[in-house]
Amino acid sequence: MSEVLDSHPQLLQGAWITVQITVLGAVLALVLALAFGVAGAARAVWMRAVNRLYVEFFRGAAALVLMYWLFYSLPLVGLRFTPMAAAVLALGLNYGAYGAEVVRGSINAVPKAQYEAAVALNLRPAQRMRRVILPQAVALMLPPFGNLLIELMKATAVVSLVTIADLTFRAQQIQANTGETAATYALVLVVYFVIAQVLQRLVRLLEHRTERMLGRRPRRGALREVPAPAGGAPR
Amino acid sequence: MPPTDTTPAVPAPEDDVPGVPLAKGAADPLPHGEAPGIRFEKVVKRFGGNVVLRELDFTVAPGERVTLIGPSGSGKTTILRLLMTLERVDGGIIRVGERPLSHMERGGRLVPANERHLHEMRKQIGMVFQQFNLFPNMNVLRNLTEGPVHVLGLSRDEAVERARGLLDMVGLADKIEAHPSQLSGGQQQRVAIARALAMRPKVLLLDEVTSALDPELVVGVQDLLRDIARQSDLTLLCVTHEMRFARDISDRVLMFDQGQIVEEGPPDQIFGEPRERRTRDFLQAVLAS
Repeated sequence: MSEVLDSHPQLLQGAWITVQITVLGAVLALVLALAFGVAGAARAVWMRAVNRLYVEFFRGAAALVLMYWLFYSLPLVGLRFTPMAAAVLALGLNYGAYGAEVVRGSINAVPKAQYEAAVALNLRPAQRMRRVILPQAVALMLPPFGNLLIELMKATAVVSLVTIADLTFRAQQIQANTGETAATYALVLVVYFVIAQVLQRLVRLLEHRTERMLGRRPRRGALREVPAPAGGAPR
Repeated sequence: MPPTDTTPAVPAPEDDVPGVPLAKGAADPLPHGEAPGIRFEKVVKRFGGNVVLRELDFTVAPGERVTLIGPSGSGKTTILRLLMTLERVDGGIIRVGERPLSHMERGGRLVPANERHLHEMRKQIGMVFQQFNLFPNMNVLRNLTEGPVHVLGLSRDEAVERARGLLDMVGLADKIEAHPSQLSGGQQQRVAIARALAMRPKVLLLDEVTSALDPELVVGVQDLLRDIARQSDLTLLCVTHEMRFARDISDRVLMFDQGQIVEEGPPDQIFGEPRERRTRDFLQAVLAS
């Protein structure tokens, strides 16, 4: 056990790589999710078609196979990625597809009355989306996004297979050096768990902020008066 | 004030409930100036197989205040939604002023309007909804300034000043920073009225604006609207089940049933001596409730 604990610098380096890939992958996934999710909620048929193509293809693709394909197959046609780029791209594309469905569903769940009020104020279609619909949809997106973020973090374990020295890769090294299988993997489980907890806390923080913005949580020191439903009842 | 040559104007009845006095600030927050008339020409609206409006014809004179009454499902709200471009017509033409609302001219022919044309036409029209529909992601001030800043291109200072004037008028100056969820239904509806007026519309559509309010809050909102109607040049279309309010606010009342106008006339006639049996039955049913 002490040998395993002695290798903690290696483990921490691995954890740092895991965090980096998680953050980069999540940023890419978020951008893709928003772009394709908004397209999926659009009225134009071609935009919805673009959304379906992206979602169906990348949601159905295994992240590991996608990563292999980016890393091993594309160089055959002259497109070369670093292992890190291939990993981030594969995870971002994969989880962006899940996220796009979350975004689309959340946008469609904002009461239609809000859209109509935005039309009545003569906001242009893009303004309706950006200023009225999306801010309200974000509140609905955050809990499932929290799930996806942790899923993504755990999925980073596959990057060890394209020679990236992440947490799992380091675990394998330490296990091979020390022979302490149970202790090594128990420790690594704990580290994954701790990272997940930190991510979860961050998402919670965002959830609270959004709820305050929507007036669902009183601001500190604010008196609540006769409550009445804001934003119109869903029909 | 609305012209009285096209329609008989009803002298404003005296209230036993004092109205909310409108603030007499230096800047009048209400829209003024030439308001357009409205014309429905053989307008058809269907929802699936259900024909809500069948070849409906009617006109509203510039500055006229018209109330639509009738049983649920008679097409009253659909008329307002068509005017706000929340629905598209399935046949016929709606004109606001001289220009078609639902259509635009292209190569000498009328074709269904595109978003650009709709945007242009909506500048004249505002709507207040039954469920208020304030934006819950914004405080009261931003609910009022969002449109003026991002659609009308006002500077933030100008928009804030306009918002303050309107909130003063609706008696909610102290709620400027409040969140919609912190307001009562009546207060939310006042904010919604102010928000619609902040866009300086020339046509105002009121869709059962007091139906969702607790009874004790209804009077305040009605008094406010009465004052607004009297002191502005707006063309007003109002759907309501409050017959007293309809009587007070309108120059003319249209009684609807099954997408058709059954009877129309000045409020005193419609409520005092309705000619049609359908109108009498409806009024009896409403007053009995």
